[in-house]
Amino acid sequence: MIRDPETINLLLDTIARFVNERLVPMEAHVAETDQIPDDVVADMKELGLFGMSIPEAYGGMGLTMEEEVLAGFAVAQTSPAFRSLFATNNGIGAQGIVIDGTQAQKDFYLPKIATGEIIGSFALTEPDSGSDAGSLRTSAVKDGDFYVINGTKRYITNAPEAGIFTVMARSDTSRKGADGISAFIVEKGTPGLSLGNIDKKMGQKGAHTCDVIFDNVRIPASNLIGGVEGIGFKTAMKVLDKGRINIAAASVGAAERILRDAIRYAKERKQFGKAIGEFQLIQAMLADSHAEIYAARCMVLDAARKRDDGHNVSTEAACAKMFASEMCGRVADRAVQIFGGAGYLAEYGVERFYRDVRLFRIFEGTTQIQQLVIAKNLLRDAA
Amino acid sequence: MKALVAVKRVVDYNVKVRVKSDGTGVDIANVKMSMNPFDEIAVEEAVRLKEKGVVTEIIAVSCGVTQCQETLRTAMAIGADRGILVETAADLQPLAVAKLLKALVDKEQPGLVIVGKQAIDDDCNQTGQMLAALGDWPQATFASKVEIADGKLQATREVDGGSESLSMSLPAVVTTDLRLNEPRYVTLPNIMKAKKKPLEVVKPEDLGVNVEPRIKTLKVSEPPVRSAGIKVPDVATLVDKLRNVAKVI
Repeated sequence: MIRDPETINLLLDTIARFVNERLVPMEAHVAETDQIPDDVVADMKELGLFGMSIPEAYGGMGLTMEEEVLAGFAVAQTSPAFRSLFATNNGIGAQGIVIDGTQAQKDFYLPKIATGEIIGSFALTEPDSGSDAGSLRTSAVKDGDFYVINGTKRYITNAPEAGIFTVMARSDTSRKGADGISAFIVEKGTPGLSLGNIDKKMGQKGAHTCDVIFDNVRIPASNLIGGVEGIGFKTAMKVLDKGRINIAAASVGAAERILRDAIRYAKERKQFGKAIGEFQLIQAMLADSHAEIYAARCMVLDAARKRDDGHNVSTEAACAKMFASEMCGRVADRAVQIFGGAGYLAEYGVERFYRDVRLFRIFEGTTQIQQLVIAKNLLRDAA
Repeated sequence: MKALVAVKRVVDYNVKVRVKSDGTGVDIANVKMSMNPFDEIAVEEAVRLKEKGVVTEIIAVSCGVTQCQETLRTAMAIGADRGILVETAADLQPLAVAKLLKALVDKEQPGLVIVGKQAIDDDCNQTGQMLAALGDWPQATFASKVEIADGKLQATREVDGGSESLSMSLPAVVTTDLRLNEPRYVTLPNIMKAKKKPLEVVKPEDLGVNVEPRIKTLKVSEPPVRSAGIKVPDVATLVDKLRNVAKVI
């Protein structure tokens, strides 16, 4: 749902300008140093990128899902590491509180998340529980007015930068499945909370993940999201539906950028006396890429609009995430091919995108998990 | 003190414009439009003066089609307090705009008017000067520095061969040069807030101004295409070509 075309156009223009002038020139530097410079982070906060999906009442912009994916296309036209830093505040690191938090939790945390004063991180995955999230083992035992959390979370995005963690833990150890899981807010610096070494990843340098270890971490009972036990898994799944649409939007934006770079190269690079873009085999790759991007873009917008209309978009979100992320992988692969030898060199940046976007097919549910979600919903609805 | 800032909607500076095939003007159908960059500098300067406590209210004015509201929203996102659109589909020339601004100046009584030194579409560089003349106000054109203290405006102007310092009484007209400031990025929350700021729409007739064009454009054409250069084998040939073919030495 677009509430006001004038405002959203201005918003998208502003993001595009910031991305082109401020972020694109920093891509190689961020990849090399594995760090987004502090002044760039400060500018990203100043611009308001951390509060796009936080309701206006809490200092955010309260974008609708459709507006958010349009903004998502725009911010994804550069290295995914940049979006990764603020994506958790707009998505999985804050949505638990936005969707199911108590009034007190919203009042306290959301304004700080909206400005980027604190970075929110989402801790679901564990060493032995990834795609099968319902089997997680981190425990939260009630002790008077406190919960005591024990366990280890793995591959936690923005954990080194995080001020708060939304932690999924089993509050009812007698129940093995999803029903025994609750969601908690754990603040950085809580005694017993420690971080592992920063993971060495294939790509997305500058975006950090690491283990988060809970060793008898005592948190106030008021940090139970929503104030009710046993709804944590449902909270996580609601958060992930939205997250999947966002990853799909990121895949579309990145693919658009990669294709643009490939087109520019195809027009410049000359072989056999003419630009390689004049050869039909190159043209086929460009055309296929564009058509696939267009299809994914339409899917993302459709899923976003349906969510804005209040529909359950579990199937649409999974379809969009699966198709867009796989599409992005193909587009990046073709771009490397169009660049030829140059595509394999770090200097041209296209191999960096190729590695960066590989993650889109894995996080927020692998392609295979999306297939399961889609098929499960189809079979259920056919009954 | 109120400040009035004029903002023009022009073809975005990144767009490579094309002349219409019939030579009547530049094709602006489906072309990205933005605020004239010099006007952006004007808004930024007004906002800085407001932040310093010199200016109390900033009124952004745009003259032209309905879509100029977008330009006004941009100005309000940068920091203007309210906007006035003088809505007309007429082909506006600098004198008409200056008269419209003069009418609004009479109504709003600002202590300062800041406009871009020129717009990047027609490059006229006339509106600010004409407005100063119509109001019999002092003017600081091509300002690269502006300071206001004790009711006086000190401006540094960029002129051929250096800079010139002026001091003048208020109210005054300032036209901005490129180096006056570097406009801030509009922040996303401010864009949302700009939506709620008041935007008034008036017609030229309401202001009693006749905006009919005084100048007729006869023809617009593309710059001549540069012909390809040639390679010369030695200096002697080069000198010969420069002397006898190019006739420059």
